Amino acid sequence: MAYSDKVLDHFNHPRNIGVLDKNDPNVGTGVVGAPECGDVMKLQIKVDADNRIVDAKFKTFGCGSAIASSSLATEWIKGKTVDQALEIRNTDIVRELALPPVKIHCSVLAEDAIRAAIQDIKEKQTASAEAATGSLSES
Amino acid sequence: MKPFIYLDNNATTPLDPRVLEAMLPYFREKFGNAASRNHRKGWEAEKAVDLAREQVAAMLNAGAKEIIWTSGATESNNIAIKGVAEMYKDKGRHIITQATEHKAVIDPCQYLEQHGFRITVLTPDRKGRINLDELASAIAEDTILVSIMFANNEIGTIQPISEIGGLCKGKGVLFHTDATQAFGKVPIDVEAMGIDLLSCSGHKIYGPKGVGALCVRRKKPRVRCAPVLHGGGHERGMRSGTLNVPGIVGLGWASEIARREMADDAVRIARLRDRLWQGLSERNEEIFRNGCADNVLANTLNVSFAYVEGESLMMGFENIAVSSGSACTSASLEPSYVLRALGVGDELAHSSIRFSLGRFNTAEEIEQTIGQVSATVQRLREMSPLFELAREGLGLKQTQAFSR
Repeated sequence: MAYSDKVLDHFNHPRNIGVLDKNDPNVGTGVVGAPECGDVMKLQIKVDADNRIVDAKFKTFGCGSAIASSSLATEWIKGKTVDQALEIRNTDIVRELALPPVKIHCSVLAEDAIRAAIQDIKEKQTASAEAATGSLSES
Repeated sequence: MKPFIYLDNNATTPLDPRVLEAMLPYFREKFGNAASRNHRKGWEAEKAVDLAREQVAAMLNAGAKEIIWTSGATESNNIAIKGVAEMYKDKGRHIITQATEHKAVIDPCQYLEQHGFRITVLTPDRKGRINLDELASAIAEDTILVSIMFANNEIGTIQPISEIGGLCKGKGVLFHTDATQAFGKVPIDVEAMGIDLLSCSGHKIYGPKGVGALCVRRKKPRVRCAPVLHGGGHERGMRSGTLNVPGIVGLGWASEIARREMADDAVRIARLRDRLWQGLSERNEEIFRNGCADNVLANTLNVSFAYVEGESLMMGFENIAVSSGSACTSASLEPSYVLRALGVGDELAHSSIRFSLGRFNTAEEIEQTIGQVSATVQRLREMSPLFELAREGLGLKQTQAFSR
């Protein structure tokens, strides 16, 4: 089974590899998959005041298609609002990278990683909002 | 374009040009059917087949009449296991095998299990070798066959064949060995090792694909196998079908060349394999050799590269042909069942690469491989969240060791 040119391109020149400060209140981190299953994706997003994703980084342990799926995911979500990013479906990734059926789980994992990172930023925002109201009511 | 380096010789080997030369006349003017007894085309073919039988038998210290031609080791294993089961089922219905066998042994055993036989699957130790005491105590009154491979295809571990053969002889149980990977790489003596049935294949020893042999002993005891294919009664009735004369000639000459050159090849290839392991260990932290370092085929090296996944590794050095125990390389989502049977964790099984060297590899290719594999491991570790986690848990000194 040969790899598609797009998978090879992302694998050989992955976009947005790296790390954002997970303690930054504007950074959301999602880690999905399990080493025993052969795939772990870590995807991080940084949002601005309008909840627009201004930066995205990833690290992936997995096959070439998993690396390509996460690379593509970071490329696509940059510049989108979190709500727009949530509209990305794994099938979009399958189509773009021409993934064969045995590699569909890689695209599912990438979608999950986006959702997990957004979930994390939303939880952070809720927590800080609660902390703010909490401190107001105390004063 | 970087030159292509082939390190997947346990999957298949290139045809030796000398073997091809020997085969060619049997595709052209010497096209006869070896079963045609009444004209010279038939005699020509029969003579070639007889010579090949001698050549293969000489590799095994067997008699020429004990060699049955097949389409390859999968068929040989099927005839040995299902044929013995069918022939001896009134004597007993128990067969013993072990967990790291090739699917061509495991699946026929599972088939028999669904048809009224009892199968015991021994678990090997961490190095991939079976325990002889466990084998001895597994042999029961109704045991008719023990099937244990000579050497493993994924890790290269060589089983204690003579000891197994001795044990089986003592208990009056037939012993079959799948010698696909060992044949042509290590000396085999069916007489001295107490082997009753032995499977081998042409394309693992620089011969053609689609041809193999099953050695079925005619004495001590005379082994009988019911046929799997029914037909014209060729091959002592054990394997009907017109003989693949060019293929058989190829297997014969591949055996002959291996018999002459095996000892020198093994020394040279072991040196290359050891250099590969040494070079990889010097340049990469946290890599692990799977299987056995002493009782092992000279050509096989199975390594797990922690924190990186096998298929992505292979993609990173695409001009080098190797195999991986990663699930991503198979249709199932399970990593290598061989490594799992050894107790290698799933995570490291996903990170495994099998390098299997061969007659045509050079020292220069090994140096190239060390460089390219190490560069890929480093690149993929830089993008591995597992490596990042591990590094965070380590001291500064070790972190520097990684980044050199």
